[in-house]
Order: sequence, then structure tokens, then C-alpha cells
Amino acid sequence: MSAPLNETQAPLLSAENVTRFYGTRLGCREVSFQLYPGEVLAVVGESGSGKTTLLNCLAARLSLSSGAVRYLMRDGVMRDLASLGEAERRFLMRTDWGFVHQNPSDGLRMNVSAGANVGERLMAVGQRHYGQIRGSALSWMERVEVPADRVDDSPRAFSGGMRQRLQIARNLVTAPRLVFMDEPTGGLDVSVQARLLDLIRALVAELDMAALIVTHDLAVARLLSHRIMVMKEGEVVEEGLTDRVLDDPREPYTQLLVSSILQA
Amino acid sequence: MSDPVQKPDTPYNFAYLDEQTKRMIRRAILKAVAIPGYQVPFASREMPMPYGWGTGGVQVTAAVIGPDDVLKVIDQGADDTTNAVSIRAFFAKTARVATTTRTEAATIIQTRHRVPEMPLTESQILVYQVPIPEPLRFLEPRETETRVMHALQEYGLMHVKLYEDIARHGHIATTYAYPVKVEGRYVMDPSPIPKFDNPKLTNSPALQLFGAGREKRIYALPPFTKVESLDFEDHPFEVQRFCEPCGLCGATGVYLDEVILDDKGGRMFVCSDSDYCEGRREEGHRGHLAGALAGAAEAGE
Ligand SMILES: [Zn+2]
Repeated sequence: MSAPLNETQAPLLSAENVTRFYGTRLGCREVSFQLYPGEVLAVVGESGSGKTTLLNCLAARLSLSSGAVRYLMRDGVMRDLASLGEAERRFLMRTDWGFVHQNPSDGLRMNVSAGANVGERLMAVGQRHYGQIRGSALSWMERVEVPADRVDDSPRAFSGGMRQRLQIARNLVTAPRLVFMDEPTGGLDVSVQARLLDLIRALVAELDMAALIVTHDLAVARLLSHRIMVMKEGEVVEEGLTDRVLDDPREPYTQLLVSSILQA
Repeated sequence: MSDPVQKPDTPYNFAYLDEQTKRMIRRAILKAVAIPGYQVPFASREMPMPYGWGTGGVQVTAAVIGPDDVLKVIDQGADDTTNAVSIRAFFAKTARVATTTRTEAATIIQTRHRVPEMPLTESQILVYQVPIPEPLRFLEPRETETRVMHALQEYGLMHVKLYEDIARHGHIATTYAYPVKVEGRYVMDPSPIPKFDNPKLTNSPALQLFGAGREKRIYALPPFTKVESLDFEDHPFEVQRFCEPCGLCGATGVYLDEVILDDKGGRMFVCSDSDYCEGRREEGHRGHLAGALAGAAEAGE
């Protein structure tokens, strides 16, 4: 994906020496980068590389051992996430952020209808008109290609791909400026994956959202991201524009990753 | 609340519970009154009756009752069910208090699932028996999470529940335990009263106390508290309406129960609040089916 980097703007999110230990075991160490509005950054690595720990630290789902994550709030003020009160943090998470889990049932309410899943954030921020909430849910379902006549069905009755598209709609209904995605196409059939990747790519571009995508799949990173960070054993070993890193990897570890995917 | 009195002619401490337990419950009640709609945890005690028989309400009543109180106990509006009779007998025995079935004569009314039709006064306390105090539990079973949601006033989920109702039934189909917001702050389960009774909760001169025994929670509505039923702008809260008056006393605008008269589909609607119905009949009001019940009983003999 070509880069819309606009470094004259203030960054949306800034990671400064983000470090997380689990007791003595390292999760991730001294990760620093800046994410700009509308930019898609892929964090790639094998399992155990620390990419999921990093994602959870950045998304304020895990506290840091040291370092800081700052975010440009909607009022234009850059805030250290650790300084936010719980109410502010939770409000941020359900309005200006999205979080797409690998397993859709972790991000959906499986015991309420598709329409209620999409409408929940709107009700959480105070919308009180049933007809409008349902209208928004239907329009978002259409955008993620879930048939409108499924609006009153439980997500339990949905296929894996459809559940994942519903989870995305549920997150995007408040027009977040940043979406975190944890292996969003993991666990899906290849043909279903391709369709979902096309959808995510189109939505991210159309809505001008920034996204942080954790994946072990370099093809996913290639298709969706402007920039890549390669992680190994909790640290970033290489970072750069996606095409450059994948076509001309400089670090031996990245070269190994790229060659193994090419051979596969 | 009067001073506890040890009566020499009963083996029980006044109102069964020991004084220390009653003090503990009163502290929980005071906190609940200070924070209307907030669920206060308390160390619920074993009572000599099973859960589901109103052990929470009984403990609240035991903590607030004094020797001069007059107690009324209703179960779904009736004074004569086994549950109501047992609880009334329990306090008659353990506290030697006077009991009554007349709403206006009572100073404390313990209730399961109804609010009396007769408006209450400042000198009365209404004690509700509560099975499940947490209105958010339907969609969020984790108590750690519901506590945070109350603290941060994150009540979007309550509307998710109402949304589901409308999506499934075309209207808000919740007819009892209909959630309310108290003084614009806490969302509260009013216990399984019919939503018909919700409008009686707001701005009531009486003190309203809610006790959940198994769940160990007490909450309260102090007198003259604002209580609003949740709804949507395009699906506003509405109470049940009945298409005919009470068959016995002719009352309208009250909550009616359906009574089956025979096995041929004969039925009638009568006041769920039996004391209210009797009072009206004593005043000379007659419903269009007054006599039908007696007639059916005779025909069945
Ligand atoms: Zn009547």
C-alpha cells in the first residue's frame, strides 16, 4: 500500500521506549515510534516475538513497566495514556478507538442481535432514538457486506468471516481515528481472508483511519500497511516503509522471514 | 426506628435478629438512603425461611421495625398468600407488633412484586423483596465489570437490552423489573414489580427500601426521589393498560389480575391489590361481575 505519510502533522500516537516485563520475563523492550493520522502500521513477527504484548500496551489494555504512550485526543491535546482516569480511558476506547480481536467472539456480544452489536457504542455515547440507531446499524452492516436481513440474527448464526465483518462494523460505528487489529484474518479460510483484507483496506482508506495491525502474515502486512515494524524476542529489529522492508530487507532476521514466506 | 425492646414473653430478640446485626443492616440502609439507587453490600444473615421467601426484605424490616409499628405484608398485591401470611406471623411472633391488611393503617409495608394502589404517605416505609438487584447482569455477568459500569455511569448496555426488545417484539416488551434511573445517576432494578407500578416510585413521600438476601445487597429511594423509567425517544415508556375495569369493584387505572372462572374460558379481571379492592367494595362500589366469583364458586359445588 502506498504511503500517505504526512509528517508535517502532529503524530496521532507516540510510543516512547515502551517496555513490558511479566515478572522477569520480557514482553517487549524499548519500542519507540510515531503513528500519523491515516497511517497503517503493521507489527510483524513470529509468535512469542512480543507483538501482541506491544499491541496491548499501546491500546492501554496492559500497563507499561517503563516508557510512555501518548495519544492526540480529539481536543487536540497530546496525553500520556497512563495519566488518563479510568472513565476517560474507557470512553476513548469506545469512541475514538476500535479494537478488532482475532476471535470475533472476544469482541462481539454473542447473546444479542447483530444490530444491537453495531448499535451498542451509539447507545453508550447517549443516542436514544431507536430508529436512528437501527438505521446506523443497517448502513454499517451494508458497508461491511453483512446482509441487512441478518440485522436481528444472533452472531452465533454467522460464519467466521461474517462475524469478523460484524466486529469491524461494531468498532467503526463511532468513526474512530485509530483501530487496533490483532491478527484480524487469522483463523479464516484463505478465500474468506482475501475478501476481508480487501474490505479492511477499502474501509481504512475511505475513512482515513490510522490502524495498528499485528500479524504473523507478511502478505497481510503487504496488502494493508504503509509501514512495517519487525519484532524479534521483544525488540524491534527493523522498521521502514512496507515495500522497502519486504523487497529489500536489511536485517538478517527480516531476510529470513521474507524468504520463508516466499518459499511457502 | 424505635429503641429495641426485649419482650419478656418471647424467646427471641426483638424482631429475631440480634442488636449488632440490626445495627449493621441499619448502617447499610443509611448508606443506601444517602446514595439513592446505589447497591450497598451487607452481611446478609441466614433467616428461618428459604431464599426466595424474601429474606432480604425480612432483614430490612427487622432492622427498621419498632414495637409501635403496624406491619402489612403483601405478595403480588395479596395479603393472604402463604408467603405473606408467614412473614406477617413471623414478625407478630418475634416482635409482637400489630399487623394489618389495610394499606392506610400500616407504617411498614413489606412487599413482593407490587406497590399498593393507595398513595403512600411520609409516615410509611415500603420494603421490597428483591431476587436480583443488578440490572446490568442480563448482559454483563461479571460483577467486577458491572461495579465499574455503575461507578462510571456506563449504562449503554441497558439500552442494548431495550433495543433487543424492540427488535424482537416491535415494542419494549419488558413488563416487570423494568429498569429505572434514580436522580439522573444510578440505574436500578425496581424488583419484579409490574412496570405499571414504576410511576409510583418517583417523588413518593414514603421511604422505599430494597433488600436482596441471597445477593446481600440493600438499596433505597429516599422520600421525594426522582425515578425515571428508561426508554427511547421513539419508543417512550408506557404502562400497561387494561381494557376493562375491575370486575368486582369497578376500579380503573389500577393493576388487574386475570382470574379464570371455569374451564369453559370464563374469566374476569380483578384488582391485584386485594385490600384496595375490598376497600372500594366496602365503600359501595360494584363491578360488572360482582357476584360472578361467588356464583362460580356455587356452581362448582
Ligand atoms: Zn377491584
